Amino acid sequence: MLATSGSQQRILNIIIFLVLCAGVFIAVAPLLYMTSTALQGVAYVQPYPPRLLPETITFENFEQAFSSRNFGRAMLNSAGVSIATTGLVTVLASTMAYSFARFEFPGKRIIFAVLMGMIMIPGVVLLIPQFILAKSLGLLNSLPGLVLVYSAGPLAFNTFLLRGFFENLPRELEESAIIDGANAFTIFWRIMLPLAAPAISTVAVFSFLGAWDEYLLALNFLTDQNLRTLPIAIANFRGQHSSNWGLVFAGSLTAVIPTILLFVFFQRYFIQGITSGGVRG
Amino acid sequence: MSVNSIQRSRAVPGRMAQGRAADRSKPYYRPYVPYLFLVPGLALYLLWSVYPLVYQLYISFFDWRIIPGQTSEFIGLANYEAVFRDNIFWLAMRNTVMYAAVTVAGQMIIGLTLALLVHRVTVAKRFFRTIYYLPVVTSWVVVSFLFIYLFSPGDGGLINFALVKLGVIDRPVSWLANSGTAWIAIYSLGIWKGMGWAMVIFLAALQGIPTELYEAAAIDGATEWQRIRYMTIPLIRRTIFFVFIALMIGGFQVFISVLLITGGGPLHRTEVALTYMFDKAFGDLHFGYGAALSYVLAVVIVVVSVVQARFFGRGDKDLEY
Repeated sequence: MLATSGSQQRILNIIIFLVLCAGVFIAVAPLLYMTSTALQGVAYVQPYPPRLLPETITFENFEQAFSSRNFGRAMLNSAGVSIATTGLVTVLASTMAYSFARFEFPGKRIIFAVLMGMIMIPGVVLLIPQFILAKSLGLLNSLPGLVLVYSAGPLAFNTFLLRGFFENLPRELEESAIIDGANAFTIFWRIMLPLAAPAISTVAVFSFLGAWDEYLLALNFLTDQNLRTLPIAIANFRGQHSSNWGLVFAGSLTAVIPTILLFVFFQRYFIQGITSGGVRG
Repeated sequence: MSVNSIQRSRAVPGRMAQGRAADRSKPYYRPYVPYLFLVPGLALYLLWSVYPLVYQLYISFFDWRIIPGQTSEFIGLANYEAVFRDNIFWLAMRNTVMYAAVTVAGQMIIGLTLALLVHRVTVAKRFFRTIYYLPVVTSWVVVSFLFIYLFSPGDGGLINFALVKLGVIDRPVSWLANSGTAWIAIYSLGIWKGMGWAMVIFLAALQGIPTELYEAAAIDGATEWQRIRYMTIPLIRRTIFFVFIALMIGGFQVFISVLLITGGGPLHRTEVALTYMFDKAFGDLHFGYGAALSYVLAVVIVVVSVVQARFFGRGDKDLEY
């Protein structure tokens, strides 16, 4: 910064900028190609040369995707499952985290230690026992059943995240509320939750995204056509119309655009979650 | 519920002065209250995560029958023996380790380079960070199909087209038809999708380094490269290690991309640990074998995590001067 002269500095800045732009091309070219293929209309052969920007724009593929009965249904299922999962995770993780952060009770240490140990176990290795358990409880082919499994997975990590946040809030706020006669629930609901809103938003966006994109549990838990979620519906498009990539990508974009919007608008919470460790998008 | 004790303390004016200290030592809530907060979440977690972990161990000792009416037979450690004697399991493990090694190296090198550049760029910092992160938020299912399309055989596939134009290859390659080239597609997907994640973490660490340190180095006449090599990298080494471990753990769990791109084929050549587990359990209905395999993989991952926790702590402890 100081060792180099002004004009050298300016040239270096321009080079850095250009290298980053080249990087942007690598990052978005595949996504652009997907968008262009979806907008190009029905194409059973790949156009030559390949186009990153569509020549003509048509929404045929999107219309066809939505006119297939199962796709609109899948979209609703995914929305319902993801919203329910987000609600359940935020409520359960924040209450659990609060109990660890602010109360003393027998068993607290051991329970917390078990939860922290469980964070290390990747959810996907539990696929088999979860499937057998769901089968014996009659929860296969049930969207509420899927919501329960989705919500349980990220609970330990999110509890850990929120507990850290609650612990760093000043106790003085609660103490004056206690003197005013507030009970534990009032304090949690009226004082602590609003203060923890940023951390809870982080938990919420990751829970939503996790449920929205989940594939394996949905694939094995749901066999009823009417219950399928978006990732399964997209995979089915690929299975049934393997040569019509435009349709596959129209379906894919429908699933991807909400997640990209979520990221762009709530970027702050994403970055918070990522840098607090452990969360992967 | 807790109102009584508070009212009592209110009624005695003399205690108000010590009120705060008294509140800290004496709980204002009834003893069951903590459990009202704890139990709903804990019950769900015990049922769907802790119990399955234990149950899986049980399943792994059986020739498990999922079909109603058939009885599962206890076979002790036979599933584990079968796993360790299975050549395809070892092939899958080797492939998994290779995948982790290649993609972790790629993500870290590219992620760190991008972070250094984004940290240094004077305009559009936020824009770059947002764009590089986009592949991370895109679903695995979608990008797996996207990469099948990018690596299409024939001259219309984007990768073939670009490589032929650049003169890297003479004629179009059928990337997914054999394992060697299929890995290229799978590795590139892993790196492309994960580099933005590494970049964001590195960038946060870089932003934590006080600028005074750089100014001092500049006065001492350190070149840009010397500053990166001897100051920046050592200063963020814990973050580097944290990213390394997190990506390794993620790499061992590679699954959906392989499942959708090659399905582990041809002839199990691109099988990874989880696709093989999936195939054995949900394809061949050998749930006991799949459970044993899952346990082996879980142990590997936990060992890696524990090593990290013991020796290096968490990455965010990096920036203490």
